Amino acid sequence: MISYMPYPVRIDDIVVETEDGNLKTFKLVFENETHAKAWNHVPGQFAMLSLAGQGEMPIGIASSPTEEGHLLFTVNRAGKVSTALHQMNIGDRMGVRGPLGNGFPVDTAMKGKNIVIIAGGFAVTTLRATLLSLLARRPDYGKITFIYGARTPGMLLYRDELKQWAQREDIDLHITIDREAPGWDGLVGFVPTIAGDVAPSPDNSVALICGPPIMIKFTMPPLEKIGWTDDQVYLSLENRMKCGEGVCCHCNVGPTLVCKDGPVFTRSQVKQLPIEY
Amino acid sequence: MKVLKVTPAELDAMMQQWSKAHRVYAPALVKQPAASPNCAPGWRRVDGSGALTLSTGPTPASVKTFFFPQPETLLTYTLENNHPDKGLMREPEKSKEMQVVVGVRPCDARSVLLNNLPYQEDPFFQANRRRTALVGFTCDQSLSTCFCTQMGGSPLGSEGLDLAFSRTQDGFIVEVGSAKGEALVTGLDLAPADESEITALAARRQKEVKASSTELDTLKGRELGKLYDAPLWQPLGESCINCGACTFICPTCYCFDIQDEVVRGQGRRIRYWDSCMFPLYSLHTSGHNPRGQKVQRTRNRFLHKLKYFPDRFGPFSCVGCGRCVQDCPVNIDIREVMNDLLAVE
Repeated sequence: MISYMPYPVRIDDIVVETEDGNLKTFKLVFENETHAKAWNHVPGQFAMLSLAGQGEMPIGIASSPTEEGHLLFTVNRAGKVSTALHQMNIGDRMGVRGPLGNGFPVDTAMKGKNIVIIAGGFAVTTLRATLLSLLARRPDYGKITFIYGARTPGMLLYRDELKQWAQREDIDLHITIDREAPGWDGLVGFVPTIAGDVAPSPDNSVALICGPPIMIKFTMPPLEKIGWTDDQVYLSLENRMKCGEGVCCHCNVGPTLVCKDGPVFTRSQVKQLPIEY
Repeated sequence: MKVLKVTPAELDAMMQQWSKAHRVYAPALVKQPAASPNCAPGWRRVDGSGALTLSTGPTPASVKTFFFPQPETLLTYTLENNHPDKGLMREPEKSKEMQVVVGVRPCDARSVLLNNLPYQEDPFFQANRRRTALVGFTCDQSLSTCFCTQMGGSPLGSEGLDLAFSRTQDGFIVEVGSAKGEALVTGLDLAPADESEITALAARRQKEVKASSTELDTLKGRELGKLYDAPLWQPLGESCINCGACTFICPTCYCFDIQDEVVRGQGRRIRYWDSCMFPLYSLHTSGHNPRGQKVQRTRNRFLHKLKYFPDRFGPFSCVGCGRCVQDCPVNIDIREVMNDLLAVE
């Protein structure tokens, strides 16, 4: 049986991620030890953040399963529930329902492969979870390329971790911003351009691409030019959701339910669907 | 299977008997006073008096209200300041009281079986199923809007009914279809039906022509892209006013919305019927709407019933009750849509 009851959690920490203050990362700790033990997710899955009196919203899980004892969610302040969440404080109680959806195939299609991760804007959240999972079992994967772009240096998420990853020799890291900014000596340019410059080899490789639809659209041609096929590319869809369990019908894209069949699909699967996402 | 013989007077007595122990409902043929406790819109509580009258064709309101009531409380909480449990969500108590719904038509009985496919794992729907018995009456007459035979049903069908009444010359023969039905007739002094009446009913069923259900089945094998891009949606979407009436009266429309409701510090999370005809249904917080156009929403409703649902679960999500055909303010007829879809090359 499915359950509409969220696990009770407390907000353990709040980090303001971006210079505009619109993105905050919430660290959530389970109130009940048995719930903490029962929780088991795959990177790329999402959960319903549940606020009494406000409602629920589906948010990708930003923490990796390897980070035990807590969950991280990076939330953009946009609608009713996210605005209310942004006003909450450390110590406040809320709920988490999940994990929901399928997640990235870290144990199957990605195993033994070179991994190319391409992220734009705040869609990087579940890809952070994925990267940490890959790093925890580094020998299981080949070369890891991580391309991540934001509008300005101040809009990059997880900046401390980006610095740590830049020190590592086992990640090919490319961080870019849209246009020149004072104090920025890194890459400048849109994600599709950088992806074209990096030109990761498609041989024995899998790419995970998350970002605004326009970014995904323009990232594909340079990859296709060097031989990438749609079966190698994984995307994550989002749609309005209510139940997250495949019952309420809200997130349907044709016969496919984003909450249950997805949110992760190969690009060839997405191409079979009507454009209702 | 047990088959009994019941006179109209005995039926009256049975309903009175049931209403002593259970909530008994019958179709309301006149409008009921609003907001009576535990009311079921379109249905009236039977409390010992009043004979059962049934209209020809489907009941005014479908039976989905008994399995998928609105609102259904999913959880409760308090938001009182300084309360130690502030914001802690609790499971609501589910009612276990038996409800007996009398006067159900075969089309609606099938709709419960179809809705059960997506709701297989839903604790609320399943709890309501356990506590609800359906007492149905097969149809002697059909309306011009009825098309159950096209959808794989039958006006004489007993599928999904706990007790199925069929008219005979001087009363009814009653087929007991389940343990719940068995419990309803236990202790009542009812005679077994005559063999001749049982054969007569079987013969009438035999004669029922399964209209074009096999032809319609070919829709299931069609390529989605072709049906989706068919030219029929544009004119259909233009005439549809997206009022959503069809989705609410439909026994097999089952989507829902979830909202929080707080009154004086006491809150609950409720779910209630939604409609894919409404723009808000698919609207993202960003303002992007994947089905922002009316034609896209109209198409979604029909393709969900005739393609998406069968792709997932097998059968069509339509029982052919014809309520949407009767009540559509702009005269959209799902039978015409099906014919147009069959003609798509």
